[in-house]
Amino acid sequence: MFTAILDGIFNGLSVGSVLLLAALGLAIVFGLMGVINMAHGELMMLGAYTTFLVQNAFKLLGEPWTNFYIFFAVIMAFIVAALMGLVLERGVIRYLYGRPLETLLATWGVSLILQQFVRSVNWVMIAGLIVFCLLYFGGLWAVKKRPDFERIRHWAITVLLTLSAAIAWAVGSVLSQTYKLAVTKPWFGAQNVDVTAPKWLLGGLPIGNYQLPYTRMFIMVLTVLCVLAIYWFLNKTPWGLRIRSVTQNRNMSACLGIPTQKVDALTFALGSGLAGIAGCAVSLLGSVGPNTGQNYIVNTFMVVVVGGVGKLVGTIVGAMAIGITDYIIGTGILANLFTSIQPLADFFTFFATTSMAKVMVFLLIVIFLQFRPAGLFPQKGRTVDA
Amino acid sequence: MVQTAVTSNAATAETPLMLKVSGLNVYYGESHILRDVDLSVPKGEMVCLIGRNGVGKTTMLKTLMGLLKPRKGSILFDGEPILSRTPDQRARLGIGYVPQGREVIPRLTVKENLLLGYEARAVRPRNMQDIPEEIFELFPVLKDMLWRMGGDLSGGQQQQLAIARAIMGQPKLLVLDEPTEGIQPSIILDIEAAVKRIVATSGISVLLVEQHLHFVRQADRYYAMQKGGIVASGSTSELSNEVIQRFLAV
Repeated sequence: MFTAILDGIFNGLSVGSVLLLAALGLAIVFGLMGVINMAHGELMMLGAYTTFLVQNAFKLLGEPWTNFYIFFAVIMAFIVAALMGLVLERGVIRYLYGRPLETLLATWGVSLILQQFVRSVNWVMIAGLIVFCLLYFGGLWAVKKRPDFERIRHWAITVLLTLSAAIAWAVGSVLSQTYKLAVTKPWFGAQNVDVTAPKWLLGGLPIGNYQLPYTRMFIMVLTVLCVLAIYWFLNKTPWGLRIRSVTQNRNMSACLGIPTQKVDALTFALGSGLAGIAGCAVSLLGSVGPNTGQNYIVNTFMVVVVGGVGKLVGTIVGAMAIGITDYIIGTGILANLFTSIQPLADFFTFFATTSMAKVMVFLLIVIFLQFRPAGLFPQKGRTVDA
Repeated sequence: MVQTAVTSNAATAETPLMLKVSGLNVYYGESHILRDVDLSVPKGEMVCLIGRNGVGKTTMLKTLMGLLKPRKGSILFDGEPILSRTPDQRARLGIGYVPQGREVIPRLTVKENLLLGYEARAVRPRNMQDIPEEIFELFPVLKDMLWRMGGDLSGGQQQQLAIARAIMGQPKLLVLDEPTEGIQPSIILDIEAAVKRIVATSGISVLLVEQHLHFVRQADRYYAMQKGGIVASGSTSELSNEVIQRFLAV
């Protein structure tokens, strides 16, 4: 009995730490900034694919390196996802602040684009993209220096856009005709790819008659490190102070001299980077595919809402609570507990599968939010509605 | 707070004006709020903008800070046009803003709120963790409250915090929007004394929006506003009861 509960707690914590890691970035982007980013899951997916690429690159390097690719992968996943987040914020989201419905639709579109992107990305596409970006932004930069830029703005943008798109397309088709399959073959394709954990992460720590896999423990440690780093960054650094100030009162922060646009970009990039780390972590648990992010997006939003929007500690407790509940219901521990009371045992056996446990957790969350609509840790004080 | 640069500049500059607003027209949607407002603040002086509620005083200050965009007009700050600049750039040029309703950041501690004042400084101190002692000399009440949340302070304390925060940025122009609104008389006197002391010791210019007569009389000049336009101006020593009756009394 005792070991069963301990087992439940261990596994619940492990499921919860995956959830927490995935939700941590969202707690910043959605919780602090109030941006509903439907592409958060795809940022995770990008992190997972980055891990896959880093793993392959390190395989080429040979034996001692392959064992440690994961550390490098964590960093690279953070950087790639953060850069993508930066592009997303500068290119789309900053025009939509304070308009949640439009943000929701736009980021959902971005998530679809990113999914298709990893399915069909190949050298031609990358070359075309690079050529387009160089021509368009380089041209724009050159035109901006003219004194009459404001007057010819629309005209210049139209011309530049068509020209660079045409040239990029031409470069792409020339490349694909000269080199054929070598450049048109998709990098990843629609199939899932596999990330294998380094050797020292295989196996597990035996506890009683159960094994706690090292990969899970690695993710738990990674989660703890990320949480500590975020706390330190937000509470102890000047940029953290600026972020907290801007998220609470944008206009006044600007009037104090805080560059709010920079802060927005940085905050979003940070949240996205954390999604990348989460993606790197989940790539250790299963295969990586274009839909990897979709499996997590609902859960992560749930964690943030249950925890209380705007509170990191709520996200932590929320993730652990959901993780443990999910595991305890899903494995039928409760059904075993109530063997003496037949109807209850039947009831819990019915829910003792992975998908039915999810249904139960959703139900519990719906009921919970009826009583605590603001989540576990609502914002308190006279300033809440201001 | 030592700000010698301002006083020495005043002698050399062609126009000793810290702020010059001319022909300013501001709309909320289609409603015309400010009509051809002209206003100037000489360097080192305290100028008070008076008028009843809803005549556009706060709109004027928000436009000055860049929170609202005017349709027409110009604003020169220290001789430089600032209308194309964002609020944070204006703050770093040296405009310290204490808005109506204080706008202390609620879930930051008093200390963190004060540290945010450093953001406006052109040259930031190397150690951005210490609050200068002058701040506590001006507002002793803040010293015991450094670790309280800004949003948990009383109105008067928040007002003092907001002024202290603006002073932390060593502004050239301090903009105060109704600093005595809804505050008990004894604290009003404290705030008044502190503002006077800031002006005396640092020589900065002040643009004050105020309805509290005693405070209004501390200023060097006044502008009276009605229906979005400036209708009277002059030295506060000439501020007669008749003018007050016309533009302030309800």
